[in-house]
Amino acid sequence: MGTPARGRADIRDRALRVVLPVAVLALGLAIWEAVVRVWHIPPYVLPGPVLVWHTLVADRALLGQSLLVTLTTTVEGFLLAAAGGVGLAVLFNQSRLVEYSLYPYAVILQVTPVIAIAPLLLVYLQQPTAVLVCAWIVAFFPVLANTTLGLNSVDRNLADLFALYGASRLDVLWNLKLPSALPYILGGLRIAGGLSLVGAVAAEIAAGSAGAGSGLAFRITESGYRLNIPRMFAALLLLSITGIVIFYALALVNYLALRRWHESALQGER
Amino acid sequence: MSQLSVPVLHSSSTLVALRGVAKTFPNGTQALAGLDLEVRQGEFVSLLGPSGCGKSTALRIIAGLSEPTEGAVEWAQSANKKAERHGRIGFVFQEPTLMPWANVFDNVRLPLRLAAAPAKEAAARVEAAVRRVGLETFARAYPRELSGGMRMRVSIARALVTEPELLLMDEPFAALDEITRFALNDDLLRMWQALRTTIVFVTHSVFESVYMSRRIAVMAKRPGRVVTELAIDAPYPRSRDFRTSAEYGDLCRRTSDTLARAMAGGG
Repeated sequence: MGTPARGRADIRDRALRVVLPVAVLALGLAIWEAVVRVWHIPPYVLPGPVLVWHTLVADRALLGQSLLVTLTTTVEGFLLAAAGGVGLAVLFNQSRLVEYSLYPYAVILQVTPVIAIAPLLLVYLQQPTAVLVCAWIVAFFPVLANTTLGLNSVDRNLADLFALYGASRLDVLWNLKLPSALPYILGGLRIAGGLSLVGAVAAEIAAGSAGAGSGLAFRITESGYRLNIPRMFAALLLLSITGIVIFYALALVNYLALRRWHESALQGER
Repeated sequence: MSQLSVPVLHSSSTLVALRGVAKTFPNGTQALAGLDLEVRQGEFVSLLGPSGCGKSTALRIIAGLSEPTEGAVEWAQSANKKAERHGRIGFVFQEPTLMPWANVFDNVRLPLRLAAAPAKEAAARVEAAVRRVGLETFARAYPRELSGGMRMRVSIARALVTEPELLLMDEPFAALDEITRFALNDDLLRMWQALRTTIVFVTHSVFESVYMSRRIAVMAKRPGRVVTELAIDAPYPRSRDFRTSAEYGDLCRRTSDTLARAMAGGG
């Protein structure tokens, strides 16, 4: 319970969860740097972490701008995927005919690898638009699938109760189906957050090889051609940090939205 | 909208009647056939029978949640149109069936919100309903923070917030422990007497039906129907004295025998 001993154990446990991964990181970086120095590995084969850091600082203007481009595409793709996925799921839920007509095409969009669609999109669309469309295509399906599942997981007795009190379709959707679906929708959004970054990167790489674009993934391809390996690592580091930030931001949203009532967000009561 | 139309307690006029009701599900299962039941204004009637005898189906048909395949549901007065019955019927399920994302207050307010009742009036009625079940200090709590018995109280408060003419209860206390069940039995009887509402109470417990009801409709299965009715004439208010009396024991034995005969006859 709330005894001081238990409280101290809790704090120690939390501290370990932060300290241990950081220690592993520090150790890994130290070994990496040591290996590079001891064997005199040239930077165009493997740059050490110190050099990567210096490159990151030196190229901060260029890389910062690229980060902004990729981040903007990812966030826009994610928001459109969220709106499109939830919107389409609600539409399918309200009309069986629409669902039967369109669902197979949503599946086709999902199962066709986006990296293969990207070059084609680049033929027909402006490069920024094509990248955005790719991010959207990859990210919207999990939102659609999860929201559909959530909308269909309504407690039947609660649905009966709404019918008993003469609830309108809008009442049922807004006050019953969407709240019931919220944990599922948030689950879909957490997947979509990561995937919209994947979609943006895939499209940038496809676009980069066509000679246009300035996002982080493009920087990686470009640096590869120029054998500027330290900058590749620096750009990769930024991409990975972006992914981590997106993941934890969505986890936080999930927690804040569900902490009062959903089993998944409850902790420490067992 | 949900004013009690008949101020006379225990008036004997019929509120709703099932006449020759049959229900066959699309998969061919015949849940009910030739079911006759009259529910009188202000009474407490139990539907007693083994599981699978169609008690819940009968209750859903009264509520209008399910349509009979044959027969009719006849309502007194002008309540024959479904829309006019919204808010005049309360329903309590076996599970509390609360919205987990909403607190006690908002759960109880649901029927009023769906009826688009003015916010101020609704708030007053919700507070009264929550007080009636003794949960006024928990109005801001979420369902997961409450015990099973408290959740069922919220469910009852929600059903009573519209002051319905008819309260339908589908084995509401079956999942609760005996101590909690006895407490809720007494509270429900008290509310029934105070509100003068009509209650149809589905149960598979002989003891519970005898304790609660003025009248018990004993059902048999295959197909589900009312085979006989028993009047329980013991006066209200009933309390622990009644539960431990010899009279109660006799009534339970009689009811149990009747149920056994009904089940033997009904296959």
